[in-house]
Amino acid sequence: RPGPGRVGPSLTVLTARLSRFSRPLSPQTAMTKLGQWLCGLALLGSAWAALTLEPPGLRLPAPFRQVLLPLPVYLLVAFGCYSLATVGYRLATFNDCEEAAAELQEHISAARADLRRRGLRF
Amino acid sequence: MAAGGADKFSVLLPTYNERENLPLIVWLLARTFQESGNNFEIIIIDDGSPDGTQEIAEQLEKIYGSDKILLRPRARKLGLGTAYIHGMKHATGNFIVIMDADLSHHVSLYCIKQKEGNFDIVSGTRYKGNGGVYGWDLKRKLISRGANFLTQVLLRPGASDLTGSFRLYRKEVLQKLMEKCVSKGYVFQMEMIVRARQLGYTIGEVPISFVDRVYGESKLGGNEIVSFLKGLLTLFATT
Repeated sequence: RPGPGRVGPSLTVLTARLSRFSRPLSPQTAMTKLGQWLCGLALLGSAWAALTLEPPGLRLPAPFRQVLLPLPVYLLVAFGCYSLATVGYRLATFNDCEEAAAELQEHISAARADLRRRGLRF
Repeated sequence: MAAGGADKFSVLLPTYNERENLPLIVWLLARTFQESGNNFEIIIIDDGSPDGTQEIAEQLEKIYGSDKILLRPRARKLGLGTAYIHGMKHATGNFIVIMDADLSHHVSLYCIKQKEGNFDIVSGTRYKGNGGVYGWDLKRKLISRGANFLTQVLLRPGASDLTGSFRLYRKEVLQKLMEKCVSKGYVFQMEMIVRARQLGYTIGEVPISFVDRVYGESKLGGNEIVSFLKGLLTLFATT
């Protein structure tokens, strides 16, 4: 059985995080990004749970129910594919600045010559 | 507006062991500003470098004049955030430029971009337009793009490149942001942009070419990646 010491710290962290929701949302104290994600996930999660558990009076036609259950996994996989494709594309189109490097080398030579002329002792 | 009504650009250069790079950066900056006709000053904040950076800085002050090169050294290595605060106290410009050792030839682009959109902040980006990098292998590019993607998804910062340290700020904007930001190191650079967005400041972007350190190479090891992730998650949970 896990001792009280192991559960304690994580519970305090969780309650500290959740306490953000009890603060009023004035223009000065916007919600943190983590807060926004938790809110969004809670919303979507409860909607999904509500539809999946099929309370009386809310029965969806069969094809919808088939898709509903694995929907979170589908979305996760879709997001994964989108991420890979985006990062891959951006990697492929990452510019290499040959001219800028060459120009910088020229500048360095010009700088050294000019500064030496003006009395700098490197 | 700075005294006299015209814009003045104060460049903050925190240095630690930059004896080789410093003369080159100063030369490039001075030349760029003189060519574009902008009023400027360069504030060199050396943290007691053992390699003689301060001595080179003194020579540069003689060459360019003490109205253009301001030496404001500190006794020992005290960190970037405090270096900026220290530098800002002595800045007389109405715009502050913060930069790394390699990108000075883009300063004029920043000044132009700021005028274009009257932005509060102008930030360099390696990921858009004709911005880019030089001398990076595939692994480093992949890590960079991957980290940036994660940052965009988690923080939705409204700027395409957060870890770059080449920025131009309106002086009041930088002062306000410095008060609000609490992170250290380059996570601090990321936090500045995220907070700036929250406070409603306008951010313009300029494509920049990131040429690796003029002398020597930067490392991108496992430690850097772990600390980046820690910083990102901290920002995710606190901003």
